[in-house]
Amino acid sequence: MSDLLLSAQHLTKRFGGLAAVNDVSVDLFRDRIHAVIGPNGAGKSTLTNLLSGDLPPTSGQIRLNGRETAGHAPESISRLGLGRSYQKTNIFLPFTVWDNVRLAAQSRERHVPWNPIHWFSSATRMTRVNERCERAVELAGLTHRTHTVAATISHGEQRQLEIAMTLATEPTVLLLDEPLAGMGQAEAESMVALLQRLKKDHAMMLVEHDMDAVFSLADQLTVMVNGQVIASGTPGSVRADPLVQAAYLGEEH
Amino acid sequence: MSSPKATLEKLPRGVQVLLGVGALALAAFPFVPVDGRDFYLQMITQMMILAIFAMSLDLLQGVTGLVSLGHAAYFGLAGYALAFLTPADNPVALWWSLPLAAGAAGLAALVIGFFVVRTHGIYFIMVTMAFAQMIYFLFFDNKSLGGSDGIYVYFRPDASAVGIDLENRTHFYYFTLAALIGVYLLLRRLLFSPFGRALSGIRVNEHRMRAVGYGTFGYKLAAFTLAGTLAGVAGYLWAAQTGFVNPELMGFHMSAHAIMMVILGGMGNFAGAIVGAFAFEYVMHFFKDMTKHWQLLMGGFIVLVVIVAPRGLLGLGEKMFGRNKGGRL
Repeated sequence: MSDLLLSAQHLTKRFGGLAAVNDVSVDLFRDRIHAVIGPNGAGKSTLTNLLSGDLPPTSGQIRLNGRETAGHAPESISRLGLGRSYQKTNIFLPFTVWDNVRLAAQSRERHVPWNPIHWFSSATRMTRVNERCERAVELAGLTHRTHTVAATISHGEQRQLEIAMTLATEPTVLLLDEPLAGMGQAEAESMVALLQRLKKDHAMMLVEHDMDAVFSLADQLTVMVNGQVIASGTPGSVRADPLVQAAYLGEEH
Repeated sequence: MSSPKATLEKLPRGVQVLLGVGALALAAFPFVPVDGRDFYLQMITQMMILAIFAMSLDLLQGVTGLVSLGHAAYFGLAGYALAFLTPADNPVALWWSLPLAAGAAGLAALVIGFFVVRTHGIYFIMVTMAFAQMIYFLFFDNKSLGGSDGIYVYFRPDASAVGIDLENRTHFYYFTLAALIGVYLLLRRLLFSPFGRALSGIRVNEHRMRAVGYGTFGYKLAAFTLAGTLAGVAGYLWAAQTGFVNPELMGFHMSAHAIMMVILGGMGNFAGAIVGAFAFEYVMHFFKDMTKHWQLLMGGFIVLVVIVAPRGLLGLGEKMFGRNKGGRL
């Protein structure tokens, strides 16, 4: 049995009268990919934001690597080993690919903004940071773009950069919000291959619209509609669920 | 998504050479026999002090992306600190009064920063201004703090322990030049440190910085405190040089001038702030000699520079000398 790294129980997020996420529970295990699918507005991104700390939940518990994290700041959740990528590319556009990833890698060093020694050392000579950075750039397949400004690389490469930055923080839990969005065929295939390679060491939650990718990657599948989970289980059992077929895959199935 | 804000960080060789020539010219100036030497020495000393002030603001404005409209408060507070520390009949020692005055400004920045760095964008601008205005009126309305008339500083600080006589114009000039170069080198070094890299990451995308694990509050507060402290160094020198402090030193105009100096020279690399401070002061004197409606001309000049050179005078220099091939001095 794999290790349970993240466990969210009965998460609810209300915006006024609207429950964007309503009583959702998710367990993420190492060496397993848990895909979350659902139509637009189902609450998938909100769920990701609750887990990463970008939004505080209205109610519910989250345990990350043995620590209660519901409502904690995103930076402390990140340092407890959670890495996330964003649906809308969220990078440092004026910086080079290397500087983007380096900054993410630097965040695993001690944070001592008040220590003057920290003001006079050279950021580019942090050996451990450089090693982490190099590994992440290589894993994400961006070695040929290392010194290119992030604003000028292709959309698909920016998606890869998202992943590289996330990996540079050496997370144990990965939340990937539509990593394949807007990617070409070849780019999507190499991303799927990358996710497969990452699976072994990470507990992964994958929010994705690309059904081919979802069914080829997912060990566990949760279907959300209107903020609620309507089905959860192995891809095979979810596919066979009549509720899912009606609500999501369409009446003709 | 807001447009990416790339600032010129690594200075091209040409700009570096110009800066070096400028530093040599400043070092050589006291030896040049010109009419009204004392007047010019004093004027350039003031320009150098304002350049330190502008650099301290650039750490917030150009590097961290925090536009403070109340930065003069820290400049003025340190000036007042010197005025209070100087007895009526003899000078105060430099070696402890400078750290104390700059430290007082830094402490004020730490306390105010604790509240203001939580805010963003337009709110940050408003709140920094509000705090500065509070301090302004605290001094303006309080006779015991000098009131609207201000306070005289009868003696310049005593630095005879290291063989410097600050009452001597030339000595004061070189002392200020050394402070200018020292602060510049410190800030350039800081820009490429892990701390400086985190600050520029916060400018570009604070949300993502938090997502990868940076507690941005502490970084911003440290930057705000350091910027206030360095503004204090400038304010101390200003009070020592002019022998007089009044509430205008912490006023809105003073804060706004610093912002314009940084924009004029080019943000985010400290060299621009120096160039901007000198250019601003020079052009201001030039227009003041020309007409009493100089503020109108000054406004026009700033508008013109922003349109022609959106990245400041240094950005223009970069265009002329080719793109980033330079090192980091």
